[in-house]
Amino acid sequence: MLSAWRHHLELIAALVGKEFRIRYRSSLLGVLWSLLNPVCFALVLYAAFRPVLHVPTDDYVAFLLAGLFPWQWFANTVSSAPAVYLGNATLVKRTALPRMLLPIASATNHLVHFGVALGVALPALMLTGHRPAAVWLAGIPLLLLLQGAVCLGLALTLSALNVVLRDLEHLTLVILNLLFFMTPTLYPEEMVPEQLRAVFAVNPMYHLVPLWRHLVLDGRLDGPALAGAAACAVAALLLGLAVHRRLEARLAEGL
Amino acid sequence: MPRASEPVVEFRGVSKSYVLHGPPLGIKHTLLHLPAVLREARSRPVFMALDGADFTVERGECFGVLGPNGSGKSTLLALAAGALRPTRGEVIVRGHVCPLLETGAGFHGDLTGRENALLNGMILGLSRRQVRERLEGIRAFADIGSFFDEPLRTYSAGMVARLGFGVAVHTDPDLLLVDEVLAVGDEAFQERCLEHIDALRRRGTTMLIVSHDRRLLARHCDRVLQLRAGRIEALAPPDPSWLPARPGAA
Repeated sequence: MLSAWRHHLELIAALVGKEFRIRYRSSLLGVLWSLLNPVCFALVLYAAFRPVLHVPTDDYVAFLLAGLFPWQWFANTVSSAPAVYLGNATLVKRTALPRMLLPIASATNHLVHFGVALGVALPALMLTGHRPAAVWLAGIPLLLLLQGAVCLGLALTLSALNVVLRDLEHLTLVILNLLFFMTPTLYPEEMVPEQLRAVFAVNPMYHLVPLWRHLVLDGRLDGPALAGAAACAVAALLLGLAVHRRLEARLAEGL
Repeated sequence: MPRASEPVVEFRGVSKSYVLHGPPLGIKHTLLHLPAVLREARSRPVFMALDGADFTVERGECFGVLGPNGSGKSTLLALAAGALRPTRGEVIVRGHVCPLLETGAGFHGDLTGRENALLNGMILGLSRRQVRERLEGIRAFADIGSFFDEPLRTYSAGMVARLGFGVAVHTDPDLLLVDEVLAVGDEAFQERCLEHIDALRRRGTTMLIVSHDRRLLARHCDRVLQLRAGRIEALAPPDPSWLPARPGAA
């Protein structure tokens, strides 16, 4: 039993390694893109929204970046999830490889990318005069865990569901667009109208983006947002496990 | 490790059916006739790919499956590989199975032969260390020279098959599932594969070979199962008449 677990962990590591190699083999900047993507996105948004949107902060670039890094992690995981089984059809149809390892590996892959980006962004932040806070020691692992659970739950759901319902691939992108504007990345969470907050709260990133931003820039961890994020994490994980378990046996036939 | 007395593969009244979906209806039709579409969806016709299959494969046996296209051969193999679950009945496989269906499941064009072999070996059930230790043997078996460290997309179809077969035979399976893969690769390579299959058999590996080549099955198999439209038509030692008469004999 123990050796089976070890084998599964090895396989996840190998599958993640495969993704890394494929993605960066013929690219000049390689893994730096995990960092450059959100930075470029932040610059685009800065140019587009600074003139029209008044956000009371003296460093709007840092404000955007602190939210965009976790957002990109979420968006990349969710947008690639529907293709997980479709892109590995031969493995599913031909081998007894435990199915769940594929979406787990995909989610892990994006977590690692975020980790790399964070590993560069935090020291860079300190160079600009920010001080590391003691609460980071608890906050960073906690937020990694919560967002990791959200991402894994959604990856399990979308990867399996897209095999039986291919429209999901397109729907996912539309919904992701909607969620982006329902996430306080461009604007502070206080700007969300009071009466809409209950609706926005179903969006996991509505809680997580401000959490990351306050943790990184202000060195504090918000209790209520943390509770919201934890609820989303549990819900996403339960949904993912239920959907995946239900569809698992049908995957090989659906591909 | 399976015990010698127990069969390696047991199919007990195994059926596998697929729901037929018919032509896609399109979103307009679906929306306009929603109740009718839903009603029909509940009573869709099914296709019996395999119907009440009952047989066992003994340890060390070379078991052939013969049948025309669409007779259920691939479904049978996928069931034995654990990739599909039966609709009815029970499939029991004792020991480590290595499917050699469509060579190199999970191979990726941008990875080198070495990297693909490492990952594929792990997918087929070996630990990273075991594959590492066997890489040299896999390289020698594939015999593709310096291409071993080139991206797979530069390979010919035959070279991909060699690499896939090389990995598969190095996983020390108790049961090797072979699907028409031998059709790719040149004659010399096919000959080497068959030699290797014989060597594995001498070591006690059980084989399940699917083919529509009677001659191949007659040469290697102890028993051949004949399928037609999902049903077992016959299960017997291969008919000697399938082998071409040797020139000079008789």
